Amino acid sequence: MIRLLTILLVLGMGLSGCRGGSSTIPTDGSGDASDSAGANGASDEGGVTTTGIGADGSVDSTRLVPGEGDGPLSRLVIYFDFDRSEIRSDFNDMLRAHGAYLAENGGQQVRLEGHADERGSREYNIGLGEQRAQAVRRVLMLQGASTDQLGTVSYGEERPAAFGSDENSYSLNRRVELVYR
Amino acid sequence: MLHEFLDRRLACAATVCAVALLGSLRGDAQIVVEVTRGVERPVPMAIVPFGWEGPGPQAPFDVAALVASDLGNSGRFAPMAVEDMVSRPTQPADVRFQDWLIVDVDYLAIGQVVANPDGSHTVVFQLFNVLQGEQIVGYRLTTGGSADDLRVAGHRVADMIFEELTGIRGVFGTRIAYVNEQRMGRERRFQLIVSDSDGANPQVVAQSSEPLMSPAWSPDGRKLAYVSFEGSQSSIYVQELRTGIRDRVSSREGINGAPVFSPDGRMLALTLSRDQGNLDVYMLNLATQRLTRLTRHSAIDTEAVWAPDGESIYFTSGRTGGPQVYRVEARPGGRVERITFEGSYNARPRISPDGDRLAVVHDDRGNYRIALVDPDTGLTQVLSNGSLDESPDFAPNGALIIYATLEGGRGVLASVSTDGRIRQQIASVAGQVREPVWSPFPRI
Repeated sequence: MIRLLTILLVLGMGLSGCRGGSSTIPTDGSGDASDSAGANGASDEGGVTTTGIGADGSVDSTRLVPGEGDGPLSRLVIYFDFDRSEIRSDFNDMLRAHGAYLAENGGQQVRLEGHADERGSREYNIGLGEQRAQAVRRVLMLQGASTDQLGTVSYGEERPAAFGSDENSYSLNRRVELVYR
Repeated sequence: MLHEFLDRRLACAATVCAVALLGSLRGDAQIVVEVTRGVERPVPMAIVPFGWEGPGPQAPFDVAALVASDLGNSGRFAPMAVEDMVSRPTQPADVRFQDWLIVDVDYLAIGQVVANPDGSHTVVFQLFNVLQGEQIVGYRLTTGGSADDLRVAGHRVADMIFEELTGIRGVFGTRIAYVNEQRMGRERRFQLIVSDSDGANPQVVAQSSEPLMSPAWSPDGRKLAYVSFEGSQSSIYVQELRTGIRDRVSSREGINGAPVFSPDGRMLALTLSRDQGNLDVYMLNLATQRLTRLTRHSAIDTEAVWAPDGESIYFTSGRTGGPQVYRVEARPGGRVERITFEGSYNARPRISPDGDRLAVVHDDRGNYRIALVDPDTGLTQVLSNGSLDESPDFAPNGALIIYATLEGGRGVLASVSTDGRIRQQIASVAGQVREPVWSPFPRI
C-alpha cells in the first residue's frame, strides 16, 4: 500500500512540475557524486557562453534549459567551504544565469536544497544547510527571481552526495542543489 | 505556492508509517552490547539459574541469564559462567558459602520463578555477600504471564542488585530510541527504533524513505517527538508509543527542527527558521499551540535543551563564528549567556539529570568527540575517543552517556561512564545507527 501511495505521490509531483509551462522537466543532478564533480569542474568554460547568449538574445532559439548543455545554466550545484555559507566567486556566472532564467520564466519554480558535510552535530548542520540555501536565494533574487519562484529546504548532513569520510567527499557534500520543477 | 502554511494535526503521509509498539522487529537492526573498556577489576559474582515452578520443564524466559548479562554489560561486574558453578541452589537453605568462597565469588544471587494460577508470574530473588556469609536483600516481584513480562522483571532484578551494590540506580529497565538508516542502492530507508537499553527487543516506531531525525523522549516516557522530512519538508511530530498515533505539532515554513520536551512535558523547545530563513529557538505550548520566541540573532541558534528545573534552556549558537553553547532564560526576552569557551566547536548540549554537567560535541584537535562541561566554570573534559562522535545523551541515573560513533565507517552506538572508566560498544547488525536518546526511568 505504501508503494502505491508513493507512486501516486510521484505522479502528483510530475503533474505539478508541468505546470510551469515547460515540457522538459530538468533533472536535479542530486545524489550523484560524479555528476556533481563534473558540474564543479566546468566552472572555467562557463563565462564565455553567458556573454554570447545575453548579447544576441539566443536564449529562446537554443532553448536553454537548466541542467542541460554545458553553459553556466547547466550547472545545478553550488559548493561551499567548511562551516561557511558565503558564495564563492567561481559560482557567480552560474547563479547569474539561473537568476536571469528565472526572471524570464516567471512560472518556473526552483527548490534550493541546502546540505552540509557530516562533521559536527546534526541539527547545527541543518542550520548550515539552511544558511547556504538562503545565501543562494538572496543572490537569485538580486538577479531578478521572485519570492514565489524560490523554495528552500535544508537536509543538513542527512542526504550526502558522497558517502566517504574524507575531505573529497566532504567538499562534495557542502552544497546547495537547484531542483527545478 | 511553494510554501504552504501547514498546521494540521494528526497526519500520516504516504511515505511514512508510524507503527505502534506491538510487533517486534526481527532479523535486522538487532543490537549486541560489547564492553570495550571496563573497570580494572570487575567484581566477581554468580547469578545462579533461577528455579522454576510451573508447567513444563523450564520458565518461558531465562531471567537469571538476563540479570547476569545486564550486570556484565555494566562493566563493573564479572558474572560467572553457569557451567563453572559448583552448585546451583535456588532456595536460601541450599546455599553453601564455601562453594563460592573457593572460586572467589564476592556476591551470589539465587531466585525462583513461580507460575501463578491466575496466569501471572512471581519472581523471588535473594542477594548474598559470600565473604560475610549473609543475605543482603531479598525481593518478590509479581509480573505478567508472557516471556516479555519476565524480561522486564529480569531488568528490574538487575537494577535492584546494581543499586544495592553500587549505590547508583540501575538503568537496565530503561529504553533507548535511535535512528537507523539502511541504503539499498539509491534507495534509503530511515527507521525510528525503540529498544531496551541493552539494544535487545528493537521495535520500529516510524519508517520513511525521507530522513527521520532528532528523537526526544517525553518526561513520562510515553511519547517521542521527532523530525520527519516526509513530503520533502521538515515537520515535527509527537508520537504516542503505545498506539503509534501521532500529532504533527509544527510544520511551519522553513526549518522545523531539534524538538525537546520541557521537564513538565507541556512545552516543546524547537528550532524554526520562519523569520526569513534565520534559525532561532522557540517554545511551543503543546495544548494551545502558542509559540514564544526565545532567541533573536542572525546566526544559527538551535539544539535547545531544558535545564531540569525548567527555568532556563541551553542551546547551540554560531553567533561568535563557530558553534558554542549558550543559556537563555525560558521566558520572552530572557537573558542570554555564553557557557562554553574551550575550543572552536561545542555543540548539541544535553544536561545531566542533576543539572550540574553538560555533554556536548567538542572539536578535540580535529576530532569530534563527546565532552563534559561544567556549566558554571566552562571546564571541559573529553570523554570519548572517536573521530566523528556525536549526539550525546545522559542515562536517567546520570552515570552513563550514550552517543553515536563510527566503527569501520559504519554508524554505531556507544556508551561511556561519566567518570570515563567504562566504555561500551552497542553495534547493530544492519544499517547506520545514530542519534540515540535515553528514556526516563520507567514508572514503578
